[in-house]
Amino acid sequence: MKLKPIKSLFAASLLFNAGILSAQAASWQVDVTNLTHGIHFTPLLVTAHGASTHLFQSGMEASTDIKAMAECGDTSALITALGGADDDTIDNPAAGLLAPGASTMTTITTTNNYLSLVAMMLPTNDGFVGMDAMMIPSDAGTYTFYLNSYDAGSEANDELMDTSGCAPGMSGIPGAPGEDVGTGGSGVASEDSNLMIHIHRGVLGDSNPAGGSSDLDNTIHRWQNPVAKVVVTVTP
Amino acid sequence: MHTKFVKKTVNCLVGVSLAASLSACMHDDDDDENMQSMNYQVEVYNLTSGQPLTPLAAILHKPGYAPWMLGASASVGMETIAESGDSSTLISEAESNMNYITSMTSSNGPFLPGSSESVTVTSENSDDLHLSLVSMLANTNDAFTGISNLNLENLEKGEKISLYMSAYDAGTEKNTESLGTLPGPADNGEGFNSTRDEYSSSEDYVSIHRGAVTVDDGLSSSVLNETHRWNGPVAKLVVTRLQ
Repeated sequence: MKLKPIKSLFAASLLFNAGILSAQAASWQVDVTNLTHGIHFTPLLVTAHGASTHLFQSGMEASTDIKAMAECGDTSALITALGGADDDTIDNPAAGLLAPGASTMTTITTTNNYLSLVAMMLPTNDGFVGMDAMMIPSDAGTYTFYLNSYDAGSEANDELMDTSGCAPGMSGIPGAPGEDVGTGGSGVASEDSNLMIHIHRGVLGDSNPAGGSSDLDNTIHRWQNPVAKVVVTVTP
Repeated sequence: MHTKFVKKTVNCLVGVSLAASLSACMHDDDDDENMQSMNYQVEVYNLTSGQPLTPLAAILHKPGYAPWMLGASASVGMETIAESGDSSTLISEAESNMNYITSMTSSNGPFLPGSSESVTVTSENSDDLHLSLVSMLANTNDAFTGISNLNLENLEKGEKISLYMSAYDAGTEKNTESLGTLPGPADNGEGFNSTRDEYSSSEDYVSIHRGAVTVDDGLSSSVLNETHRWNGPVAKLVVTRLQ
């Protein structure tokens, strides 16, 4: 006789808890480390989102917004498409470039389950570091991910500096924050044969700062994947 | 709970068919649904800059079979596909393994950077179901990509697994990149050769590939150029359970 009310109370408290949990935002501390030795990341875009959102997908064509990010480091159109910077869309957490070997930290407050991150790699033509919709567990814990470099497939990897301004579709590398590049290269590569977003093959560089095929330096600007480490600390 | 129930039902049906008797188990319409075969779409995106991938060889099997093992000498089947793209010997080897279930090769020829290829494989049973997959990087001496022993057992209908695949060196041919040794369009050279000359016999083993050097990076005898290089993953695999 006494069991029934106890059972129904128990069920009610479960439902109550479930209701609270689904409405409660989790806190993600996101630490990003640049693992390269000679590549800067342009201002990062870090965002939490739902299952159907992708900033980019490998094997697919780059969107106009992704081309602006990958060729010029401009994340503004991506951020606008995400509804602007807010608690779960973080614009430029490092307050500028993320230098080789450097780390930055930001905190996202979100009810979403997926994390994405993009930033252009400098000096490259259209190389970027990316995380495409990684599912983040809801359980408290620390989760580590290693990120690859991608080629947006939208610009020839000629490895030639052109700091006269940047627009998607323009050739040339728009900047070299390390100021360790050369001039007068003849151009490494013509048009990409893979026009989809693909794994970046890396840059070649050369040892001639005043000529050769590349304006990049083959002892400074090369890298191997992975290029970034992301550590997510979840606090439910 | 639901998974356990389905498994029990399937086991029951297997038992019935083996015993050729209906007395051990009651049939109903729900059981018939469990007899439907499972279809898996196996899709591979070529994420390289300049490496065509040879036709996919997809093998369904139970644990206990592996097409290759890192650090172990490649089988003749793996040597053949890694040097020429021809998967027939590898499939024959798999068929003779007691854990083999079925296999499928794609029929459209090599697929280029920026494109994808897919095959559908079918199994009557998801218990202990594993997928292995192999494809050659055509403009190399003996590089291949693929997956060994991917567990599909817990993949529900409509779910997918997506992962990146590395490039491996079969360890069966020197990476000379020289004229006449690469079967891909950069050279149109030789495919399979049974001589194993990677290094000394003690170094005849499968490893993560070091990548192509190419003529643009100082290997003057290479027929490859900088566009044929890669860096870490070379392909994306998406396995979707359709049925």
